[in-house]
Amino acid sequence: MLADKDRIFLNLYGAHGADLESAKKRGAWNGTADMIAAGRDWIIQQVKDSGLRGRGGAGFPTGLKWSFMPKEVKERPHYLVVNADESEPGTCKDRDMMRHDPHLLIEGCLIASFAMQAHTCYVYIRGEYVAEREALERAVKEAYEAKLIGKNNLHGWDFDLYVHHGGGAYICGEETALLESLEGKKGQPRLKPPFPANVGLYGCPTTVNNVESIAVTPTILRRGAKWFAGIGRANNTGTKVFCVSGHVNKPCNIEEAMSIPLKQLIEEHCGGVRGGWGNLKAVIPGGSSVRMIPAHEAETALMDFDSLSALKSGLGTAAVIVMDQSTDLIRAIARISYFYKHESCGQCTPCREGTGWMWRVLERMAKGEAEHSEIDLLLDVTTQVEGHTICALGDAAAWPIQGLIRHFRGEIEQRIDRYRAAKGVHQVRAVAAE
Amino acid sequence: MTKILVDGVEVDVPPELTLLQACEAAGVEIPRFCYHERLSIAGNCRMCLIEVKVGGKSGPKPVASCAQQVKDLPPPRDNMLNELVTKSEAVKKARNGVMEFLLINHPLDCPICDQGGECDLQDQAMAYGRGGSRFDENKRAVEEKFMGPLVKTVMTRCILCTRCVRFVTEVAGVPEIGAIGRGEDMEITTYLEASLSSELSANVIDLCPVGALTSKPYAFNARPWELSKTQTVDVMDALGSNIRVDARGDAVLRVLPRVNDEINEEWISDKTRYAEDGLSRQRLDRPYIRENGKLRPAAWAEALDATAKALSGNPARIGAIAGDLACAESMKATLDLFRALGSPNTDCRPDGAVIGAGPRQSYLFNSTVAGIDEADSILLIGANPRLEAPVLNARIRKAWLRGAEIAYVGEAVELTYPYTHLGRSFADFKDRGAIVQKLKAAQRPMIVVGMGALTRPDSAAVLQAVGALAASAGVVREGWNGFNVLHTAAARVGGLDLGFLPGAGGKSAREMLQGGMDTLFLLGVDEVELPKSGTVIYLGTHGDAGAHRADIILPGAAYTEKDATWVNTEGRVQYGRRATFPKGEAKEDWTILRALSGVLGKVLPYDSLADLRAKMIADHPTFGQVDYAPGAADLAGFDPAKLGAAGDVANVPFASPIFDFYLTNPIARASKTMAECSRAKAGALKVAAE
Repeated sequence: MLADKDRIFLNLYGAHGADLESAKKRGAWNGTADMIAAGRDWIIQQVKDSGLRGRGGAGFPTGLKWSFMPKEVKERPHYLVVNADESEPGTCKDRDMMRHDPHLLIEGCLIASFAMQAHTCYVYIRGEYVAEREALERAVKEAYEAKLIGKNNLHGWDFDLYVHHGGGAYICGEETALLESLEGKKGQPRLKPPFPANVGLYGCPTTVNNVESIAVTPTILRRGAKWFAGIGRANNTGTKVFCVSGHVNKPCNIEEAMSIPLKQLIEEHCGGVRGGWGNLKAVIPGGSSVRMIPAHEAETALMDFDSLSALKSGLGTAAVIVMDQSTDLIRAIARISYFYKHESCGQCTPCREGTGWMWRVLERMAKGEAEHSEIDLLLDVTTQVEGHTICALGDAAAWPIQGLIRHFRGEIEQRIDRYRAAKGVHQVRAVAAE
Repeated sequence: MTKILVDGVEVDVPPELTLLQACEAAGVEIPRFCYHERLSIAGNCRMCLIEVKVGGKSGPKPVASCAQQVKDLPPPRDNMLNELVTKSEAVKKARNGVMEFLLINHPLDCPICDQGGECDLQDQAMAYGRGGSRFDENKRAVEEKFMGPLVKTVMTRCILCTRCVRFVTEVAGVPEIGAIGRGEDMEITTYLEASLSSELSANVIDLCPVGALTSKPYAFNARPWELSKTQTVDVMDALGSNIRVDARGDAVLRVLPRVNDEINEEWISDKTRYAEDGLSRQRLDRPYIRENGKLRPAAWAEALDATAKALSGNPARIGAIAGDLACAESMKATLDLFRALGSPNTDCRPDGAVIGAGPRQSYLFNSTVAGIDEADSILLIGANPRLEAPVLNARIRKAWLRGAEIAYVGEAVELTYPYTHLGRSFADFKDRGAIVQKLKAAQRPMIVVGMGALTRPDSAAVLQAVGALAASAGVVREGWNGFNVLHTAAARVGGLDLGFLPGAGGKSAREMLQGGMDTLFLLGVDEVELPKSGTVIYLGTHGDAGAHRADIILPGAAYTEKDATWVNTEGRVQYGRRATFPKGEAKEDWTILRALSGVLGKVLPYDSLADLRAKMIADHPTFGQVDYAPGAADLAGFDPAKLGAAGDVANVPFASPIFDFYLTNPIARASKTMAECSRAKAGALKVAAE
């Protein structure tokens, strides 16, 4: 269990004020000038030493990412872009941070920008997050007025922060699609290489970070990399905000230590699974795009990158979706599949064509109106999408289905059999006139 | 150079090549749909996936080979070269998977699809497709889009490779096609389904790898394997684009571009492509003689006798003018005949252009078309390349994309790229000193002077002013000739090279056209007002302006109906080849002139095309250098300061001689398609949904 003294987001539930004064009382903007005085190499080294891995889903080491930026600013300016396009189903951590602790984010933006020699930062906020944008804009205004940021600010690093409101497309949370959207174009992921650190926003070196990755940095620097690295397991350090939803008694956002056992997370913070642990059927541990794990694996799973990837799932955004025995898993995955079909940008072939195909097959499977052989067909289609696309949306669309078939193939087969029995037929699908 | 393995074979390639190009360098073909050499890289079809092995190990994902450069590969590891694997199981599975996805929503309508037989999807499905479909759902259907009179759409077939979008945006410079919607609802359309306004629009038909964008005029006409294909050159403008003429029987069914990086890359203008139906309309297929004010059909012998009689008078009162589409052979024969008759009245400039005297460089596009790629500062004077040579305009646009600065003198026009407008004529030419400095400072400066400046009464003075400008800016320098004339007529440079100009004491075309001649011999002249008096003999192909005025009509062969020579605006000699035979009783032009010379008793000294060409080369050695543009060769005798003549420049804006791009010559004017394009451009075509 994470001790209260080790929490970074002290106002995650909005019990206190989100204003500058209250934030300062909680420690924000404390010693910021000293951190900047310590220099950019020190900051990047501290972040590297802390073992902070990107909180947006992929888990790429944040310090390493920052160090990819060119060492010197040449003719092209550097940019920091904060990805606040939090659209992964089940995920709602950035939202509370921006609503209730926006000054941590703004302070983090200043420090990260300084570390990467950027004078400009854009926060790209999800279209549906209206109240969050207003809260953030309020805080940004306060920071400008207090000369914490802006030209000739107290910290000696000219820095402008712009909040950009997105249009509400899931794909714009992909970092390069986000940059396209920010530039005013259609949100479609770019080819990589070149990576944003080389050719990013307006063709300039850019780093795109998740809200949480940026918001935890000031506290890491204040309390030292050692402190952060001491929480959790090796390679999976620090604190993490988990978003637990679904069939638990008390769904919540909770900041906890990395590598906390899943069972402990659910039992201690969320009042347990509805109907008791025995009623658990499966858990999607990292937002809708990772593979689900069944109850018996959830028993021992640790909530971190390595443990979950060993279970062929992933930590993703740490959005835990708990499903009890009453859940129709096929229906649930069909709905998730519809989401990806709806949000595919349409740029590249496997995702554009594959997501629609997979969703349609799943819709039938949810009713049982399918052939047994179609389960393998569906699995094959997911592998044809996975890894063959420009961005990771193809993977995200394939993995939930793979998780379903991997752990609950029997359930699909039963559904098909029941449907046939009810109809009194042996073969459901008419064969095309061949 | 970087050493790399492709399927185990070592190749040494430049590091800036893409992986796909590296594979091709090793002789391995990579399937692709969205990738195109001349367009930006989209990387969206995912057909070109390959495996990359670093240190003998494959990465977790296959790589889109079109989108990554060799230099972006990780450094080699463990003393093993990086390897591109194109034949592994994983690659095969990836490609088969992509192919299956492309086909699930693609209609199975190949039997009624015009792309059939030359469809990338069809061909690659043979290699990577499965025998049957595993897709049990309903297929997606997409509504047709209206894109104008040339491009037919069957959007259900579209695989969203976005080649068309990239072409119109990047090459044509009119961003009118785009993709709307997302995911499987994505559709390609023109903005509000308006007709495409580019003169290069139909190139999207060639680019489309499937049957989504096909040719509207050619719809359901033929299958590619039924057509005889002839490689020849275009005469719709002075660029001499390389084309392939596809014919069935005696009808030309379509015209396609051929790749020639020196001239047209692989684009052609819509006029080049679609004026072809004009070849079978309004044709002169037998000789005619005017009697009592009406033309009546005549036999060849009768027509030649009448012609000979008309030409037998006072040699000072007969004359010949060569039109815009004439081939070098017919002009040579005409010229030789008139000189044999003792007439000095010959001219190949019915538009009255002032060029022709002086060295060859004074009337050529000396920087060459390919040279535009190197140009960094271009000054256009009285030229509207968008209308006069759209493919060349795309090349200028390409130079602009690479950073070249464009300045312009003339009536304001839309050129598909921004330019500094220095003035409408030489009278209100602003900042002349600044532009001279700019051209002087440039590495590869170009001055392009067009027919809008050279066909005016004051053009000699204009030419002198342009020459002085060119000289003071030093655009002609070691290894580079930046003085360029952009012609509008395919025949012009050939005529000037032959010296088809007034002989000693002879009259110019402008003088002859003012009347006072007993007999005027027209080699396909239709663009000028003809004199009311005197006998007019018209040798040509179409019942156009010239034939309407003519007293004797001698039916000749159109450009697709004869083996003939044209010289393009760069001075490049190119051979056209016969795709079909002349219509009816029409004959190849030079044979008519040869026969006429016999009737006149002045037998021309050649009995075959080979003899004629040999004579032409002997008299004018430049005709021996086929497919060669002199460019900056032989600069010693050329001084731009000596061009033109002194005089006053009128304060009248330079305007292109072309106001309707689609109707510039008799073939185009006889074409229904061109008429429709012209109307669409004028906004007369209603949008489909109305």
